[in-house]
Amino acid sequence: MTRRTLAVVSAGLSQPSSTRLLADQLAAATRDELVRRGSEVELHVVDLREYAHDVVNNMLTGFAPAALREVIDTVTGADGLIAVTPIFSASYNGLFKSFFDVLDSESMVDRPVLIGATGGTARHSLALEHAVRPMFAYLRSVVVPTAVFAAPEDWSDGTADGALRARIRRAAGELADQIERRPPATGPADPFALTTDFLQMLGRGDGEAVS
Amino acid sequence: MQFGIFTVGDVTVDPTTGREPTEHERIKAMVAIALKAEEVGLDVFATGEHHNPPFVPSSPTTMLGYIAARTERLLLSTATTLITTNDPVKIAEDYAMLQHLSDGRVDLMMGRGNTGPVYPWFGKDIRAGIPLAIENYDLLHRLWREDVVDWKGKYRTPLQSFTSTPRPLDGVPPFVWHGSIRSPEIAEQAAYYGDGFFANHIFWPKEHTQRMIALYRQRYAHYGHGSADQAIVGLGGQVFMRRNSQDAVREFRPYFDNAPVYGHGPSLEEFTRETPLTVGSPQQVIDRTLGFREYVGDYQRQLFLMDHAGLPLKTVLEQLDLLGEEVVPVLRKEFAALRPAHVPAAPTHASLVVAAGGATDSTVHAVDDVTGKAPEGATR
Repeated sequence: MTRRTLAVVSAGLSQPSSTRLLADQLAAATRDELVRRGSEVELHVVDLREYAHDVVNNMLTGFAPAALREVIDTVTGADGLIAVTPIFSASYNGLFKSFFDVLDSESMVDRPVLIGATGGTARHSLALEHAVRPMFAYLRSVVVPTAVFAAPEDWSDGTADGALRARIRRAAGELADQIERRPPATGPADPFALTTDFLQMLGRGDGEAVS
Repeated sequence: MQFGIFTVGDVTVDPTTGREPTEHERIKAMVAIALKAEEVGLDVFATGEHHNPPFVPSSPTTMLGYIAARTERLLLSTATTLITTNDPVKIAEDYAMLQHLSDGRVDLMMGRGNTGPVYPWFGKDIRAGIPLAIENYDLLHRLWREDVVDWKGKYRTPLQSFTSTPRPLDGVPPFVWHGSIRSPEIAEQAAYYGDGFFANHIFWPKEHTQRMIALYRQRYAHYGHGSADQAIVGLGGQVFMRRNSQDAVREFRPYFDNAPVYGHGPSLEEFTRETPLTVGSPQQVIDRTLGFREYVGDYQRQLFLMDHAGLPLKTVLEQLDLLGEEVVPVLRKEFAALRPAHVPAAPTHASLVVAAGGATDSTVHAVDDVTGKAPEGATR
């Protein structure tokens, strides 16, 4: 049985948070889908609110305090990421962006990502397409085609009932597809690993393999 | 083991008085601090090199030459010399001159510089930082070891039949350290040449230092300079002391809270936990510093940052009294007792001369007008 890790990042600020609620539903649907296909799934849910000060300190000092370091390693070392943000002023909130700002820009390359967002009105839904998706394009992650936006009416028993659930299922299936196409993740990259040797750097010959 | 101080040379407002020293005051303060370092029995004074405000030390050999003339024993060094934006030919000349004037009391630490806008002022590009450091140092290394150099590279005009003068004192080039916070390529470079590696070890978690030193040691052994525990390691450190640790914390906090590097970010307590910064009594500084050895092994040089963030000169001099009188004598004794016999001490001019089999006069006396080459017999 293949073992998969799924990181879930929620940038919701209130408690309880509808952003966290959407994140949990996306996580459960993805986990169920991977389990159904025969994987064992380990979920790591991160409420960025708990690391807000650390994220700012990271921006100011250039290094992540120990607790945040652990979160960053979890996110950059997972098989897949579910990233959910509330929409503020027509875009992701500052906490969401700041967290991804302090990641090494190479650390999310080729990582399957499912994006989601919540907002006070469905008119914010395209923020997922014009703000969140381009950010992950910069990080060269693989964002699944279905992005999931939840407006207040999606949580009620109104006419939209069922539409959100179906969307979550579709998105989770797409994320599971992307994860399954890849070998299990080997954890975060080591920033201190030596990838070249001196003679290569000096441009003299091909150098030699570095143990 | 060598103990000393290194300075960034920043002009910063004292947050407790609102007063900002002039450049002139800061430069004179740096000299006073260096002289005090010798007076209290420290071994090394190292100055940074910067080419932008709020920093004053743009001309390290001028300052170090002046300090050399006013000291007897103090070893003069840099933290760091910009191997990327300086012409390696000028580094070879300037530091060989300083080596002669100071009778061998000089070594250098190479660094890249992390301020993007500085590079273009010197015709360079920060994106080529590592290749510049590699190529420039390789040339510098040759200029101090070969009397006549023919050279062609990517970042500097070629050299034909060039002799860098003066030749190194006694035929022995100054010892070189390479400093880097998190670039494994620089640890590799230091290991390749068998040079020293210095981990800045302030402002960042100890894990960075631990990883870089471990890599440097492993590669030092790989290149055949000795066993891993014989590699030449230096560490930075940052402390603020008062006899009573509460007094130290109370007095240092406003400087910490407003410091250019980490101010307005983490609390003093968080930063003390996450990085090697120690604010407390001399005994706390002794204990913490002895602990460094546990994650980097026996090492050769410990430099402390004492004079930044607007601390007044008077306070810095008091700190140096505590460091020289109460902390370093204990550290010297304890580190020496722990160090196995096969682990070398930090290289000095005297030890390098011995290792080279004695001093030789390396003066290049004459150059042939036609070929530009120095006759073989005239180089000694």
